[in-house]
Amino acid sequence: MDQTKQSLEKQEIDKLTVIRPSRGWAWIDLRELWRYRELIYFLVWRDIKVRYKQTLLGAAWAILKPFLSMVIFTVIFSGLAKLDTDGAPPPVFYFSGLLPWVLFQDGVAKAGNSLVTGSSLITKVYFPRIAIPLASVMAGTVDFILAFLVLIGMMIYYGVRPMQAIWTLPLFLLLALVTALGVGLWLSALNVQYRDVGYVTPFLLQAWMYASPVVYSATLIPEGWARIAYGLNPMAGVVQGFRWAILGVGEPPSGLIIISILMAIFLLISGMLYFKRMERTFADVV
Amino acid sequence: MSDAIRVEDLGKRYQIGGMPSGYRTLRDALASSLRRLSHRDPTPPKDIIWALRHISFNVERGQVLGIIGRNGAGKSTLLKLLSRVTDPTEGRAEIYGRVGSLLEVGTGFHPELTGRENIYLNGAILGMKRAEIECKFDEIVDFSEVRKFIDTPVKRYSSGMYLRLAFAVAAHLEPEILVVDEVLAVGDAEFQRKCLGKMSDVAHQGRTVLFVSHNMSAIMRLTEETIVLEKGQIALRAPTHEAVDYYMTREMTRTGERCWSASDDYSTTSPFHPIALRVVDSAGRLADRILSTQPFEVEFEYELQESITALRTGLYLATSRGEVVLTSFDTDDPQRFERITERSPGRYISRCHFPANLLNGGRFVLGVNASTFRIRSYFTDEHALTFTIDPTGSPGSHWPERRRGLIRPALEWDFSEAAL
Repeated sequence: MDQTKQSLEKQEIDKLTVIRPSRGWAWIDLRELWRYRELIYFLVWRDIKVRYKQTLLGAAWAILKPFLSMVIFTVIFSGLAKLDTDGAPPPVFYFSGLLPWVLFQDGVAKAGNSLVTGSSLITKVYFPRIAIPLASVMAGTVDFILAFLVLIGMMIYYGVRPMQAIWTLPLFLLLALVTALGVGLWLSALNVQYRDVGYVTPFLLQAWMYASPVVYSATLIPEGWARIAYGLNPMAGVVQGFRWAILGVGEPPSGLIIISILMAIFLLISGMLYFKRMERTFADVV
Repeated sequence: MSDAIRVEDLGKRYQIGGMPSGYRTLRDALASSLRRLSHRDPTPPKDIIWALRHISFNVERGQVLGIIGRNGAGKSTLLKLLSRVTDPTEGRAEIYGRVGSLLEVGTGFHPELTGRENIYLNGAILGMKRAEIECKFDEIVDFSEVRKFIDTPVKRYSSGMYLRLAFAVAAHLEPEILVVDEVLAVGDAEFQRKCLGKMSDVAHQGRTVLFVSHNMSAIMRLTEETIVLEKGQIALRAPTHEAVDYYMTREMTRTGERCWSASDDYSTTSPFHPIALRVVDSAGRLADRILSTQPFEVEFEYELQESITALRTGLYLATSRGEVVLTSFDTDDPQRFERITERSPGRYISRCHFPANLLNGGRFVLGVNASTFRIRSYFTDEHALTFTIDPTGSPGSHWPERRRGLIRPALEWDFSEAAL
């Protein structure tokens, strides 16, 4: 026993790191990322701790942000524009759409800026750079959970019973996180080089929200090719699926969700590749 | 002994120019790629600088190696490469064991978090395991002397407390290889002494340490062997005292004058342009050798291209071993400072008069500085010029022994029988 422990320690000491120029495309070293899991944990923890520091309302903002949007949407899109909400009470319909959307939106916005705000880390210490945007995306789940409690309260108030399909909820949540990370990786790596990203992101997210069924139902999109093309936006599948899983409104996402999943995976993989390629110049350029 | 670090032909190239604002915008990138498409011209060579090139050396396990060199010689780049912050352009390095790098203290400190929270965060960033931090927590707090404020956000800390806490975390890092950059140059003298003590403990624990510093006495205290970097290359690797001597007297004229050529790039110091620094003896001649018993002057000539408000120029005087003797500014007289608040464009000479019987014999180093207090530092060169003080004829020199000490003033003595 002791001997194996000793030889393990010896291995650690003799662990060889080779430093040499890296060229071309490479894959993110997931094993290394796993070794740095404690750092990721602390970065997430920091983001959560710091998020609402020195605000009067503190973590209440996590609830207020989607809640106020929900009120506005209910008044304008349901009250004035009379958009169909698939038979669900409009406040619940909008709030349940907003939850995954806000998770995605905050994740992308925070991750996109994360490398630039964390430039002092990048230029001084080595660790897998992907830890920074990853932590930014993950930190948003706490806000999500807080707002989710409010959603449960609203469902009880409006007498909406959750469906059997509720077990699929974590899947849609994961899909939102994967998409946010994929887009966040692209934007953060681009932002290191081109600060234009900081100006583009708000418009991108705004347009993206209207391209996702947040304020309307995906059933408005005609069946067939149009619906499939609509699924190319992974958030379309996420938002629609999320509503379906808890409210049972809309349709079970079938074709739409598969395209969304494929698209989300494509975004994540391409984001990781691009990030890894740009990673080595971060410290020199940022 | 086996090697802990082996470096072979390491080089790092930076591209300058083309990015005047420090970062690129999309428009620049599009424009330059279009230009490249139409002309196919590679980046002009003047835009490329090798911060480091053809660097090869090895460090034995347990060795403490110093690295010295002027600003821009490539010291920081070397440490960044070895701590994997940035990638080399060519060559390779092999490192056996866990590397802890301290390129700065307090990396990742968040002002909104408390001292306690920052210890955990900073520890994790520097590569400590959570269990490791927990077990050293009390030691870290004791070392930092901020126990009373450990649950206060660090933005409420004084700068001294902040630095002490930051260094305390860093000092308890226990990797096999430690890479340290100039972190001792912070804090007050008392704390610096404490840091230096801690560093020397680390050095004697059999850990491999690479230590960069401008503080020659720290280098001499902590290391036995030192590399001198010059313009991105290794100029010398030798026992520390030899390396320090080489470094301190290198590139310095022995004529009592140091001139800065107009062709050098002074865009960062603008509108301040240094011209020359001179040591002048009592007969008004440039001199490399000054008698301790004679007064002498140090002239700093410079040009202002625009007027500067509240400018002060001054001298640092140090021994060739790096011990600081004094710092003095031309605006030290408050009345004069009131009178000349603004210096209009033109050429100036700031002249400092040194009295006779001030310095002990030996070689001294003059540094210059031009700055506005706490606003901007225009120009600093801490090793601008060396000169020798000849102790011949100074008080007590009828005994042919070397006197200890940096100064050798003529002090009044009297003696009488003590009344019982």
